[in-house]
Amino acid sequence: MTLFERSAKELQELIHSKEVSIADLTKEAFDRVEKLDGDVEAFLALNKEKATATAAELDQVPFEERGPLFGLPIGVKDNIVTEGLETTCASKILEGFNPIYDATVVKKLRAAGMVTIGKLNMDEFAMGSSNENSAYKTTKNPWSLDRVPGGSSGASAAAVAAGEVPFSLGSDTGGSIRQPAAYCGVVGMKPTYGRVSRSGLVAFASSLDQIGPITRNVEDNALLLETISGVDPMDSTSANVEVPNFAAALTGDIKGLRIAVPKEYLGEGVGEAARASVMEALKVLESLGATWEEVSLPHSKYALATYYILSSSEASSNLSRFDGIRYGFRAENVENLMDLYKETRAQGFGNEVKRRIMLGTYSLSAGTYDAYYKKAQQVRTLIKEDYDKVLADYDVIIGPTAPTPAFKIGEIVEDPLTMYANDILTIPINLAGVPAISIPCGFEDGMPLGLQIIGNYFDESTIYRVAHAYEQATDFHKQTPQIWEVK
Amino acid sequence: MAELTKEEVKHVAHLARLAITEEEAEKFALQLGAITEFAEQLKELDTTNVEPTTHVLPLVNVLREDVATKGLDRETMMLNVKEQEAGQVKVPAIMD
Repeated sequence: MTLFERSAKELQELIHSKEVSIADLTKEAFDRVEKLDGDVEAFLALNKEKATATAAELDQVPFEERGPLFGLPIGVKDNIVTEGLETTCASKILEGFNPIYDATVVKKLRAAGMVTIGKLNMDEFAMGSSNENSAYKTTKNPWSLDRVPGGSSGASAAAVAAGEVPFSLGSDTGGSIRQPAAYCGVVGMKPTYGRVSRSGLVAFASSLDQIGPITRNVEDNALLLETISGVDPMDSTSANVEVPNFAAALTGDIKGLRIAVPKEYLGEGVGEAARASVMEALKVLESLGATWEEVSLPHSKYALATYYILSSSEASSNLSRFDGIRYGFRAENVENLMDLYKETRAQGFGNEVKRRIMLGTYSLSAGTYDAYYKKAQQVRTLIKEDYDKVLADYDVIIGPTAPTPAFKIGEIVEDPLTMYANDILTIPINLAGVPAISIPCGFEDGMPLGLQIIGNYFDESTIYRVAHAYEQATDFHKQTPQIWEVK
Repeated sequence: MAELTKEEVKHVAHLARLAITEEEAEKFALQLGAITEFAEQLKELDTTNVEPTTHVLPLVNVLREDVATKGLDRETMMLNVKEQEAGQVKVPAIMD
């Protein structure tokens, strides 16, 4: 049992009735980490001293000055910079790097009174679908320790699923919030591109990256997204649109909702259990007054290739800043500047990161630019138009988040193309830029499955309303892994 | 174009500023070859007159007021620099 089985609202009730203090909640997080993280291996760095001091200060703030997430513990993915708290992107090349400012989202967490517990493991530079590409450790799936938690925000999902923290932030470039949320049986939202500031998010693919919340239920997720959203002068791609009160959308009423179900999302490569769980979910939504129809997103099959060319091209440019000179790892015993660059990067980056930098550099180089990079940008237009067309006629698009539940550690790590195929149902959403959530919708052999709900640009409210209505009608989100009950 | 030679891989590695061993060049040639071959499927699509998407939002020229603001503190910025001297970042010889 842990306090963290409660929602934010329930935790605030306990705080207001003085049954627990913010100091107690912070201590609960570090106690849970101490007991569980030897098995789960989610945290790369802990913020114990500062968090404990902060919690004591927050306990002194009058109740009327507090918001809905005040005093609650959160874990932060290690590609989001935190002043004075080591941030590595799970890469050797950033070993020992202490950021000198906070990411905009981290400033917003602090302004909301949230307590940062520590930094969460990931695939190196967010490149991967299993957390096996971390240079430091492989996070385990709390539902079965021999399985991956997904990636790249694998530890952000695993820490919430294990009840180490009730909230976390992840980032999603091609599915990196939604796929681990599905694998770990928690709620993960990739907001509309531009909804959340990327200032202080170490860039992987700038036209695709978005930070988003991972939680145990939909309402907490809506509260956290509202907290981190908004236009930011430090990110010129953040959108100047109003931030709604997302939690106010959770009315439970989805009568008349029009759902599109793309046949490409239930076709070849999608497992029988994932398909069946989606069909069951559609029945639940129908019983609540929604209707659904099959549609087609004809360019879906081209999304994977488009994504790998575009994201790798952007990464090859973004990651050129890691040169061993201003921060992080620096190779020794080199002759000249060129050697310093080459040796620092060769020794500092892992294999997957090198592979993608090379793929990106190749796609952008003279002679291949038109055939790969420009072609992929044109196909991206076609993919985006598929979504625009369907979302003109329907409120949401629904399908599975991933083709299968979590696979075993070591199963496909050496096979890049098979590994990439895990993200086939999440990648097109990043290319289109629309928002999407993954919520728990069933199990296969004891491992969680995720339902993906995709919405229109800046219409996260409708997604949350549907997700919440479904959550109220089911109890998948109430189930916890065995590890939850600490030995 | 899908087939990548070891020499091409070495050239790309140089452009990307990555030191690479013979063994790695061989492995990357195979893996990158497989990935680019997979990417060849995009050629099936006719994209004549299709505008490339660089960015999904209709944003143009996001500007702020032309007012000077304080940047990061110099000493703070030097905190993560491994080799430095007299407030300067130190690097090895730029020319041989």
